[in-house]
Amino acid sequence: MITELEMGKGESELELGLGLSLGGGTAAKIGKSGGGGAWGERGRLLTAKDFPSVGSKRAADSASHAGSSPPRSSQVVGWPPIGSHRMNSLVNNQATKSGREEEEAGKKKVKDDEPKDVTKKVNGKVPVGFIKVNMDGVAIGRKVDLNAHSSYDNLSQTLEDMFFRTNPGTIGLTSQFSKPLRLLDGSSEFVLTYEDKEGDWMLVGDVPWRMFITSVKRLRVMKTSEANGLAARNQEPNERQRKQPV
Amino acid sequence: MNYFPDEVIEHVFDFVVSHRDRNSISLVCKSWHKIERLSRKEVFIGNCYAINPERLIGRFPCLKSLTLKGKPHFADFNLVPHEWGGFVLPWIEALARSRVGLEELRLKRMVVTDESLELLSRSFANFKSLVLVSCEGFTTDGLASIAANCRQLRELDLQENEIDDHRGQWLNCFPDSCTTLISLNFACLKGETNVAALERLVARSPNLKSLKLNRAVPLDALARLMSCAPQLVDLGVGSYENEPDPESFAKLMTAIEKCMSLRSLSGFLEVAPLCLPAFYPICQNLISLNLSYAAEIQGNHLIKLIQLCKRLQRLWILDSIGDKGLAVVAATCKELQELRVFPSDVHGEEDNNAAVTEVGLVAISAGCPKLHSILYFCKQMTNAALIAVAKNCPNFIRFRLCILEPHKPDHITSQSLDEGFGAIVQACKGLRRLSVSGLLTDQVFLYIGMYAEQLEMLSIAFAGDTDKGMLYVLNGCKKMRKLEIRDSPFGNAALLADVGRYETMRSLWMSSCEVTLGGCKRLAQNSPRLNVEIINENENNRMEQNEEDEREKVDKLYLYRTVVGTRKDAPPYVRIL
Repeated sequence: MITELEMGKGESELELGLGLSLGGGTAAKIGKSGGGGAWGERGRLLTAKDFPSVGSKRAADSASHAGSSPPRSSQVVGWPPIGSHRMNSLVNNQATKSGREEEEAGKKKVKDDEPKDVTKKVNGKVPVGFIKVNMDGVAIGRKVDLNAHSSYDNLSQTLEDMFFRTNPGTIGLTSQFSKPLRLLDGSSEFVLTYEDKEGDWMLVGDVPWRMFITSVKRLRVMKTSEANGLAARNQEPNERQRKQPV
Repeated sequence: MNYFPDEVIEHVFDFVVSHRDRNSISLVCKSWHKIERLSRKEVFIGNCYAINPERLIGRFPCLKSLTLKGKPHFADFNLVPHEWGGFVLPWIEALARSRVGLEELRLKRMVVTDESLELLSRSFANFKSLVLVSCEGFTTDGLASIAANCRQLRELDLQENEIDDHRGQWLNCFPDSCTTLISLNFACLKGETNVAALERLVARSPNLKSLKLNRAVPLDALARLMSCAPQLVDLGVGSYENEPDPESFAKLMTAIEKCMSLRSLSGFLEVAPLCLPAFYPICQNLISLNLSYAAEIQGNHLIKLIQLCKRLQRLWILDSIGDKGLAVVAATCKELQELRVFPSDVHGEEDNNAAVTEVGLVAISAGCPKLHSILYFCKQMTNAALIAVAKNCPNFIRFRLCILEPHKPDHITSQSLDEGFGAIVQACKGLRRLSVSGLLTDQVFLYIGMYAEQLEMLSIAFAGDTDKGMLYVLNGCKKMRKLEIRDSPFGNAALLADVGRYETMRSLWMSSCEVTLGGCKRLAQNSPRLNVEIINENENNRMEQNEEDEREKVDKLYLYRTVVGTRKDAPPYVRIL
């Protein structure tokens, strides 16, 4: 069973598409083009076919879902047709349940990503469900379900899919979609930031995932050039707990 | 020519309550039209963009109750971007300006701001009832204005809204003189609640019949609240998080036993299942039970509770009840009219053998002769089961089946589910609402067009093969009012076959289908009484295109009839043709 700790490795794992808990290696190119675009690198569209065992908290089940499969219920936008209010409640409960399971299994782990009492509190009252995401240059805000994600990796991938998805039916593949967007490592034109409970805007990725989801109020995909003033949270305990990218 | 004086006719009209009937009588003659419109108290507007506030007030100057619906239904599933529209402020401003004696406002899927709530609270001295369903854009500050300023407030009912909780003291804002509350529902509020203020409020509200608490109200507070309000008919329990100590539990039991009027129970947003037995004494009185948010309760606990609910007419539950549990429902709840079974595991990850299947559905249909409305989420279905359900229950008015995996066939025969749904529409002659799912070809739409004569609302997702499918429906279902389609291969040929048809409907939604920009333009060209909206989310694509490609497929199309032309409040990514 994948434990809290192993999923946590994904937080510092910045290679989109090469996440440890995800099935495959480099995904095939399934890009669709849009206009030339203001960005230098286009996000690559990854679908369920790239990752036979993708995108869930229960990556442990991945072994039983080998091979490509039709889009799973959870990966299609707006499906299953459950109201967002109800969805939030459901995923909160699932997080609570999974958190409890992980807690029991994870007792033997020495280096947890967060102290046990924070974990308990998180699992007792997971407040977060859908939060708003805005991207610089894009008029429409979207919403993302934080509790459906287990790591920064997952989240980054979802955001990439959301904001770089192009209109259906536009003219086929254009040139390179070689590089993923890399929202988390500062190497692309955009960075992912969030507003926390105190109203401060921070760079995403510095704190352990579980702490992040309890304090995040909303997300913003910001142009790197504008993000210079942002606080990077260099608190010592977190530094110690950061993992090296594999 | 009238044989009676106007006052007499008006008195007769008072007995005609349904808005559809009133609409009909207003068409009889000019005189009746005038009498009807001046005496109309309740107005229902299914699409806030079909008409504007000025015309509404012009026609019905004496209205007291207004119901408005904003965003299309698929907005519930995040398919409609924020700021699309549905703003209530202009309506409240207009009503205030014209000094309409508004007493009741019911909104669904609208954008409500604190400013609107403040204006509402100050503009109508007799304002009594505010019901907000699936709305957003406001905070608890807005609620505070309502609490503070609406001296005659009887009902504040907040259902599944997105409310920014400022953790303020909105409950404290009800003045001490406020004793008129009949209904208070704040279950959707996520933040802390001032429990002391709530207790005081409940204690001074002798007419309180409906109380629905949010997560933050714990068990001991619940016991006190119920003791103050034994006259409650409808209760939404908040949070039952921890196993209570025996003393608290005893207090709760005592309080519950006194609530002999309790008929409806909901909530249990966080619950420790061992608390449920406290409710056993009143189960025999319940006609409505909503445990669809209570993910913590296991099937067997649910079963014990339900076995006592012999008078149940409405049940909302999670699929953790399992087929076994549904069999118990079928055996126990002979008065059941409406059943909703929601998925407890949306990611479809768990190998959940306890979840419901076609077996549970058939059992319910066989055991509950009065069943007329169903919403059923499941992972598998068969034609045989649907045929059996149709035979058992020809009285369905609403039939919504959602098989979680798109395109999933009959799991035994691997065929499409055309025959199963076909049996449903053929048997259920009164069917007004239908949602289909699973693997479906054009054939199912042929059946729907042929048999579903009363159908008013149809939801289609991942179904059909060609334009013929949609054409069968448009040609056949003469009473269709709302048609919503996603991810299905219907294109321009179907869209354009009978443009005049859309003026007989409230709205059409098509997303991720095959309709193109050119098709939508042609549709809009000769239809001044339709608003054809294209929602294009990727702004950058739009900006880049110098020449429009009419062959480009439209991501989201929403069209609706209107008498007031293009709306002026659409955001830039909504293009109205």
